[in-house]
Amino acid sequence: MPSLACLSIEAAHELLQTKQISCVELVQYYLDRIKQYDEKIHAVLTLCDTQALTQAKKIDEKIAAKEEIGVLEGIPYVAKDLFLTKGIRTTAASKILEHFIPPYSATVIEKLESVGAILLAKTNTDEFAQGGSTENSAFGPTKNPWNTHYVPGGTSGGSAAAVAADFCVFALGTDTGGSIRQPAAYCGITGLKPTYGLVSRYGVVAAASSLDTIGPLTRSAQDAAVVLSAIAGQDTSDATTITLEDSDFTHTMIDKPKIGLLKAETQLMDQIESSLDDLGWSHTPITSDQYPSDEALTAYYIINPSEISSNLERYDGIRYGEQNKDATNTHDTYTKTRQEFLGAEIKRRILLGTYSLSAGYYDAYYKKAMQVRTKVIQKYEKLFESCDVIVAPVTLGPAFELGSKTDPVEMYQVDILTVAVNLAGLPSVCIPAAIDENTGLPLGIQIIGKQKDDAKVLAVAREFQNKTNWHTKVEEITL
Amino acid sequence: MSAFSGIIEYNMAKLTKKEIAQVAELARIAQTDDQLEDSVKDVSSILGFVESLQAIDTSGIKPSSQVTGLTDVWREDVVLRCELSRDELLANAPLTQDGYIKVKKVL
Repeated sequence: MPSLACLSIEAAHELLQTKQISCVELVQYYLDRIKQYDEKIHAVLTLCDTQALTQAKKIDEKIAAKEEIGVLEGIPYVAKDLFLTKGIRTTAASKILEHFIPPYSATVIEKLESVGAILLAKTNTDEFAQGGSTENSAFGPTKNPWNTHYVPGGTSGGSAAAVAADFCVFALGTDTGGSIRQPAAYCGITGLKPTYGLVSRYGVVAAASSLDTIGPLTRSAQDAAVVLSAIAGQDTSDATTITLEDSDFTHTMIDKPKIGLLKAETQLMDQIESSLDDLGWSHTPITSDQYPSDEALTAYYIINPSEISSNLERYDGIRYGEQNKDATNTHDTYTKTRQEFLGAEIKRRILLGTYSLSAGYYDAYYKKAMQVRTKVIQKYEKLFESCDVIVAPVTLGPAFELGSKTDPVEMYQVDILTVAVNLAGLPSVCIPAAIDENTGLPLGIQIIGKQKDDAKVLAVAREFQNKTNWHTKVEEITL
Repeated sequence: MSAFSGIIEYNMAKLTKKEIAQVAELARIAQTDDQLEDSVKDVSSILGFVESLQAIDTSGIKPSSQVTGLTDVWREDVVLRCELSRDELLANAPLTQDGYIKVKKVL
């Protein structure tokens, strides 16, 4: 049997179509790895092995009958446990949804099902996708496959760790303030946050609705482009969605992109500057004053909790989810259910959001933050007048140690370079671009484009990966 | 040119236990006295952290509540058949009786 380690989508497709392996063998390879190593990593919350093997057998019958299969047909993937999956438990990593079985699937899950991709597992996340390390999961943290003393990042930490640990070909995550890019950076993989509205949010547990986006975590930009092509597009069930004129993100070419390079005094940026010089790509510096960072972070931490507090009103213990057993009236059912089953960070954000939206404070907080959001958008508009894409670090350093950040505000500050992209709704792809000298952990850059320039940022990332090998370092992980 | 330190200096905002208790009631979250103390500390610290927003000049700046630029997105108002049975729809409700969701005393 050929080696199945760290397959790209194309390589896996080729092996299936030419019958060098069966789909059942491919699925079994990942299930075996999950069974063998996930005790150490804890990327998975729910395994869908029976369904996955049943689906694999059907695809094998199709191949045996000499039918052509699509590029994602029979390709195993995992999804963050925020995506509703019909008949398969979906928890959002919260006690309040510990036994929730969705009666329908998210649009993206249905889209992937319709092209034959195989769901292997639901992955760990910070509760309701709020945090930056997966330590806020009600079911225990995920560990970084590069070094299990470190966090994998969050909130799509389970998905990122699963891709890095070779538990799947690709993964789905969500990005509200960096939740795809930051774990991708910490785990040395590729993660795409698409333009807001490009991928339907229908059937994905809502966090902060004006910021939430959905995208792939993969081992290459090419794979991210393949997945995006399958999941993007307008959906009548999500009124914010759009379809781009060209919905194939795999073929855009870019020769010499004009790059705006965010100057940050980190080992990573020194490395990047020399990488760009080697590639012969011109770059002009962007100073920290020109780039939205501090003001974006503070505006984000008003807008996010406000929208969280509003979206999470639905967890009332009445219609679905867990219910406190001691309450004797409806009011107490609400208050005691939320006290018992919501985690500390979620309660903190609900309180903060309720405060900033309440009478007397709305103008000073929420409205002010939305005005600052406009200024963030304007800063980007100005920057894109003189470059095609912006290259910036995803974080100021590599993954941190598990349990090392106990103060909420200290955790929020990790998001300083990711949240502005969400406030402006821009596409941004994270790719690995260096290894930290001190820890041996990966460091990632993000390539940020104008709204709807998803194909362009992916083309730049692909070109970078064609000419460098940082994205293949993940293959050296031994579990 | 300033470099990114990743650290934003801030002071704690001054909130009282009474204020947080009121917010918790609005948000329908019961809190023990210890939990309330923690909430006062945490929310004060986060509000202090975001306080630097107030120093930003936003006069004449329109608030952005969304970024798509889409307005008035319409679709046909059609009736879709629900494929799920009543039992399937109620399967996730914690308390049911005779095919209805049951709640505890309201008043």
